[in-house]
Amino acid sequence: MREKVLPVLSVLGIIVVIWYAAAVWMNSTWVYDQAERAGTTVSFAEMVPQTMAQDRPLLPPPHQVVKELWKGVAGQAVTSKRSLVYHGFVTFRGTMMGFALGIVMGVALAVSIVRFRVMDMSVMPWAIISQTIPIVALAPMILTVSNQLGIDNREVPKAIISAYLSFFPVLVSMVKGLRSPDAMQLDLLRTYNASESETFWKLRLPASMPYFFASLKVAVAAALIGTIVGELPTGAIEGLGARMLIGSQFGEPLIMWAALFASAILAGMLIVLVGTVEQVARRRMGGPA
Amino acid sequence: MAAGAPVIEAKGLNLTFQTGDGPVHALKDVNLTVNRGDFVSFIGPSGCGKTTFLRCVAALEHPTGGTLTVNGMTPDEARRKRAYGYVFQAAGLYPWRTIAGNIALPLEIMGFSKAEQAERIERVLELVELKGFGKKFPWQLSGGMQQRASIARALAFDADILLMDEPFGALDEIVRDRLNEELLKLWAATGKTIGFVTHSIPEAVYLSTKIVVMSPRPGRITDVIDSPLPKERPLDIRDSREFIEIAHRVREGLRAGHGDEV
Repeated sequence: MREKVLPVLSVLGIIVVIWYAAAVWMNSTWVYDQAERAGTTVSFAEMVPQTMAQDRPLLPPPHQVVKELWKGVAGQAVTSKRSLVYHGFVTFRGTMMGFALGIVMGVALAVSIVRFRVMDMSVMPWAIISQTIPIVALAPMILTVSNQLGIDNREVPKAIISAYLSFFPVLVSMVKGLRSPDAMQLDLLRTYNASESETFWKLRLPASMPYFFASLKVAVAAALIGTIVGELPTGAIEGLGARMLIGSQFGEPLIMWAALFASAILAGMLIVLVGTVEQVARRRMGGPA
Repeated sequence: MAAGAPVIEAKGLNLTFQTGDGPVHALKDVNLTVNRGDFVSFIGPSGCGKTTFLRCVAALEHPTGGTLTVNGMTPDEARRKRAYGYVFQAAGLYPWRTIAGNIALPLEIMGFSKAEQAERIERVLELVELKGFGKKFPWQLSGGMQQRASIARALAFDADILLMDEPFGALDEIVRDRLNEELLKLWAATGKTIGFVTHSIPEAVYLSTKIVVMSPRPGRITDVIDSPLPKERPLDIRDSREFIEIAHRVREGLRAGHGDEV
């Protein structure tokens, strides 16, 4: 445990130091401007403290972000519109919906691609092309189309945008996983006169599971990004994405940074969650403990 | 079917693969009869078609000429009747199944009841001396034990022909000797017909009642030796005069096959 924690903490320490230095450097402009307007001068020693507690800093120093984050998490009722727990939950819910949809889409497409050659030739290239389109360009279109179709619920286009990003890693890994059994394994089942579906359920699907779980960690992170992007242009007033947009539009960098960190924490929690599910599944499938 | 009746009959068997470099004669004019209860070894250098012949018998390859019957049927029909168990060079156990679960695999596909599965698993585990290992996972077993488990898997559904493609090729010699001894015991206990592909002359001579010597390009049979060794074979039979004579004849056969090329 200690060997794991120490390197992580060292890197964190370095980041904090660089961050403080950058905050002093970037926020000093404002301090010098103020001094010039007042016709006074400030020394370096006087300037530094003034960069640490501005209302609208260019780059908020870590302690300000932590304070704002704490205020957002613990400072209010979780049902409040100012609570980061509330917004985080909205984003979490959207992520889970998109993640689930992405898994279903990815697995279904992978199965049909492995099963039918024609799907392999027609769908696979499009799946790859789909990922080259910037999601920020596509998100407003998805929203407009779903509005046009009479879907008022904002959760639906958000989940679609999220699934659009998260299905791809699942698809690629599952195609590889379902094709991972070698010729010998397939020959063995042929000597048993096994049917195509028996080969799928007894060999291909279980053999693909390690690939599947490896892809989930990538997919859940993609789903979160998709959800946040989906919260930006949709006129959403809820969710961490909306919070970031509000912070940026109203010139409240502290709100933006707190939301940014909240989403990073959420991402970490999601990855730990997926990792735990993976471990449980691996134990149940007889892997070494 | 009576003991000694023909089980596998090949007449004028040909198999040509079409490759980018032109046709490859994997098998050319192969004639062979394997009788019930025989232990037949196929020996020869790489590319002599020994594995290909075994795969033809198992209907994993399809000959391009000649006739091949298994129990009087085509290999495909025989496969549908589950006439043989196949053991590959690698054990190929599913890592997500226990040893018992792996042995249950063919039984599940062939529709045996749960009770019958359990009974058969117990029986074959005992046959390959893995009693008590049913609940272990493959990674908990040594390479030799894994290969024994894969033999148990091939025995579980009572196919009367056992086809083994270099099953001990990846194991060290000490383990190999032991498994050879066990395989002979197993063969005596079950009376199965065994087709066994190998690279090793001592292994072929020690195990077989019939040794088929093959040579490459095109793959063909150069010699068929009916072994005069008794059915009961302790390991030290390998120092006997008969044993050395047969081994010598196999070596001559292999050399003659190679001589053609030069």
